[in-house]
Amino acid sequence: MQSPDAIVIGAGIVGASSALSLTNAGLKVLVIDRGAVSSGTTGAGEGNILVSDKDPGPELTLALRSRDLWFEMQDDVGDSFELEAKGGVVVARHDDGPLLKLAAEQSQHGVTTQKLNQSSLHELEPYLHPDFHSGVFYPQDAQCQPMLAAAQVIRTVIARGGAFVSQAKVTRIVVENGAVAGIETSKGIFKAPIIINATGTWAGELAEMAGSHLPIAPRKGFILVTEPTKKYVFHKVYDSDYVTNVASSDADLQTSTVVEGTRSGTILIGASRERIGFDGSMNYEILRRLAGQATSLFPVLRDVQLLRAYRGFRPYAPDHLPVIGEDSKVRGLWHSAGHEGAGIGLAPGSAALITDAILGRETFMDGSAFSPHRFATVSL
Amino acid sequence: MSKQISFTFNGVAVQCEEGQSIAAAVINSGTLALRKTRFGEEPRSVFCGIGICFDCVVVVDGVANQRSCLIEAKADMDIESSS
Repeated sequence: MQSPDAIVIGAGIVGASSALSLTNAGLKVLVIDRGAVSSGTTGAGEGNILVSDKDPGPELTLALRSRDLWFEMQDDVGDSFELEAKGGVVVARHDDGPLLKLAAEQSQHGVTTQKLNQSSLHELEPYLHPDFHSGVFYPQDAQCQPMLAAAQVIRTVIARGGAFVSQAKVTRIVVENGAVAGIETSKGIFKAPIIINATGTWAGELAEMAGSHLPIAPRKGFILVTEPTKKYVFHKVYDSDYVTNVASSDADLQTSTVVEGTRSGTILIGASRERIGFDGSMNYEILRRLAGQATSLFPVLRDVQLLRAYRGFRPYAPDHLPVIGEDSKVRGLWHSAGHEGAGIGLAPGSAALITDAILGRETFMDGSAFSPHRFATVSL
Repeated sequence: MSKQISFTFNGVAVQCEEGQSIAAAVINSGTLALRKTRFGEEPRSVFCGIGICFDCVVVVDGVANQRSCLIEAKADMDIESSS
């Protein structure tokens, strides 16, 4: 492509949505990836678009807007990625006090919540273990097939005049007089005055290349996939420990129970979190734990076979907030990364934020909490 | 010559040698498609042949989602295509 206006590095959902939003704003965008579309964390998640797991604050504001933008993006690019407002059901395994308190706070900030008692809970999820008697229903929670979504979004970018180059590893970021001028890759040199770092878990490495710094680290997680079954799980169902685990900064292993059916009939079971670097090895103890927790929620799953397990690396920032904005040192280098386990849900909202910031337009929220500048003195 | 056995696949008798996998026996009998996909009714058969891909799953004596490439055919088994 001759002289793009902007280069997006990373063809996961964050990069794809950013490219679409910039393209729709009139820019000529080149997307490049060292692998294929969705070959990083986008290809290793569940496709969560959640508001239920977020405390009131900037991330929730972003999540609510982003959730609506998902449906707008679907209207824009066509219905092809299993986007479904299936709703989330959060159940309290022990004391329901913390869950109900969180729901009450969330409902003051735009989240629709509905308290569930024994009978309404089991009406929504008839196969749930009968011991569960309290929960909260979040009708805004949604899910998509993120790999299909990223692919369809990038297809649309190309159809609107953009370009995509795969298998191009960035080897150098060219910085002249404190501003980006382009990138050198294994497939040649590309020049542009705006570069968006949407490399997720690997965003720190890219920032280093530009002589800057982002403290993004991998937070590993496993997901189990069952054989296709008849419909046993009707919503995204998780136990309220999940919210505590997501918010924890502990490096050690944590697991909570997340179970959801997909449109293709398989059931996805998560979720584990541990910070052990880019160690991709299987861990059968964790898989056993996840399976055991899932059957404690849905006993019917004891007789369902697992097809496979996969793992990925969430892009973890020390304060659990994404990094969205211009680099603290290098002008023209913009980051949209570090979304941890919420990258699918937050992608179109982040894309809107970064596009508005690049173009100097007014935007829907104060995004200063996401600024890369907050790490100017922090290191992991 | 090893022992010949017989089982049924979607109600039709299939002859094979003892020790053959269900998939091998069915394919050898002239039927390539072990099942059809749930959406779109596309035919599916052995893809990996080593138990990884789950493309060849069938219902064995009422138990669904069994990998026909891994399971030995036994006399009088009742095999159905997965639905």
